[in-house]
Amino acid sequence: MARIDLDIAHSYRANPQQDEDYALLPLKMSFADGGAYALLGPSGCGKTTMLNIMSGLLAPSSGTVKFDDIDVTQLSPQQRNIAQVFQFPVIYDTMTVADNLAFPLRNRKMPEDQIKKRVGEVAEMLELSGQLDQRAANLAADAKQKISLGRGLVRPDVSAVLFDEPLTVIDPHLKWQLRRKLKQIHHELKLTLIYVTHDQVEALTFADQVMVMTRGRSVQVGSADALFERPQHTFVGHFIGSPGMNFLPAQVDDQTLVVAGHKFGLPPGSALPEGELKLGIRPEYVTLTAADDRTALPVNITQALDIGTHVLLTGQCGDLAIKARLSPDQHAPACGDTVWFGVLGSHTCFYKNEELLP
Amino acid sequence: MITTKPVNQKAWWLVLPVVICVAFSAVLPLMTVVNYSLQDIFSPERRVFVGTEWFALVMRDEELHAALWRQLTFSLAVLTVEIPLGIMLALAMPAKGWKSSAVLVVVALSLLIPWNVVGTIWQIFGRTDIGLLGAMLQEMGYDYSYTGNGTHAWLTVLTMDVWHWTPLVALLCFAGLRSIPDAYYQAARIDGASKFAVFRYIQLPKMRGVLMIAVLLRFMDSFMIYTEPFVLTGGGPGNATTFLSQYLTQKAVGQFDLGPAAAFSLIYFLIILLLCFILYNWMQRVGTDSKEGSDHE
Repeated sequence: MARIDLDIAHSYRANPQQDEDYALLPLKMSFADGGAYALLGPSGCGKTTMLNIMSGLLAPSSGTVKFDDIDVTQLSPQQRNIAQVFQFPVIYDTMTVADNLAFPLRNRKMPEDQIKKRVGEVAEMLELSGQLDQRAANLAADAKQKISLGRGLVRPDVSAVLFDEPLTVIDPHLKWQLRRKLKQIHHELKLTLIYVTHDQVEALTFADQVMVMTRGRSVQVGSADALFERPQHTFVGHFIGSPGMNFLPAQVDDQTLVVAGHKFGLPPGSALPEGELKLGIRPEYVTLTAADDRTALPVNITQALDIGTHVLLTGQCGDLAIKARLSPDQHAPACGDTVWFGVLGSHTCFYKNEELLP
Repeated sequence: MITTKPVNQKAWWLVLPVVICVAFSAVLPLMTVVNYSLQDIFSPERRVFVGTEWFALVMRDEELHAALWRQLTFSLAVLTVEIPLGIMLALAMPAKGWKSSAVLVVVALSLLIPWNVVGTIWQIFGRTDIGLLGAMLQEMGYDYSYTGNGTHAWLTVLTMDVWHWTPLVALLCFAGLRSIPDAYYQAARIDGASKFAVFRYIQLPKMRGVLMIAVLLRFMDSFMIYTEPFVLTGGGPGNATTFLSQYLTQKAVGQFDLGPAAAFSLIYFLIILLLCFILYNWMQRVGTDSKEGSDHE
């Protein structure tokens, strides 16, 4: 087990010139010992690259990887003593389930009686005990992936266990089970777990700290709460939440805030810079207000979806579309109604150049 | 729930073209051979039904037994040399880039040469007066002669076959190796597997399919080898390199013993079928010996 410090950049090209040439832009990150982390982002954002650099499958084109202050940049995965589970199940066809689980231990010359004990424990955890003597090749995809997970967890002394979208091939109901299992294992074994996914629910339920990435950049590291309440970057606002944050172009001019042609007083206690910026508000925090409210915009409702747990409204204000989530016990307006959406409140964030203003 | 499937006899019409093709290309010619093997034919008008006499005759033929053993030893030697060598070649070949393409072309070259040309190349290559191989061995003090020494002739034919056909095994294995996803190698690195363990537990099992094809092809081809030894040694010296095909041709075309030759053709055919069946089943099972013993994938 170890603390992992990254200070890296990576490009798959020989001579990276511009930002687009990088798979991973210069980035610093520290993973605390025993933490549960998730790397969240759309496909191609560099999260797998980052994982492979941590495990040693890939050498970063510049920078260093440190485990407990020891530079391991040039060391192999074996020397780093790290475990990694891949997106698709990797099993050794000719071996039984037990031999598959024992493989990483045998390669490290662990005594056979300890291997047996450890394999038994891991099989117990993953509910594979009944299948230990079966040939792994004949099992279903989810059982195979459990074996892959088991091989990742079988070594008791690993620096960290890295998961690269490990539940992609698993049925939805089993996904819940396995994710809970992983969480439970994390509590029991106190391993450092780093989990790559493009599914926000998966990331937010699994990890204590989530790193949101886009286009080779880490845009925010934080708890689920922080990512939701105070997105540091408009991308985080878009990506987290369903639907994502509303972003409205705004302008600050002589101590007045102008949004879609409507003038507001500056929010108390904030020092917004003059010029163009963006107002961000989560649909959950948009409120229905009285017509003369000083924090509201008039909108024409173009869509009202009753999703059971909530009503999702889309309101048009000029050429801006604003989404709002209302609880079902509130009286929801119908399509074509004109209502007032309160957009300025304690949960409203302001962005300049896509970055959150303090 | 039990449902009775509707029976539609029209399907037979769809199979009919294939049945006709196979009948003309395989069954009818084979029946001619059966015809010859059961009769003594002097002319279309004068023929005698002899039953299993020709079969009994060839079964007692000492020369034939010798040719059969020679053939079995040769095919076995071909497989034991070419399969491991092919695997090693495939493992050593570069996987990506222009080097890979270049090596593929070079490796495949020998496969493009016609059989009789291969024989001629080696005939000249092995000559002790002007051949590079023969003259060199002579220079080094070996009394090498593929025309005078039976063992030398046999070894030369084997070497020629290895030279000609190992690339086929290598290409098949190369294709098998390339189809293994990168994740397997990455997982093996994470699991700390040695190079040998990667070969034993990933590469070899994943090559099972192509290796099966390679073994069957090389077995059948080598078991029916004819042209190359015919050009190189003509079956000699003595009978040292007279393999089954050549023996059969001598009987049928040389001595015009069509009856025994036909009887033996059928036996030959059955031997190949039987050995292929055994090899195929063995290779299906090896490495998948699950305890239930019911592993058919």
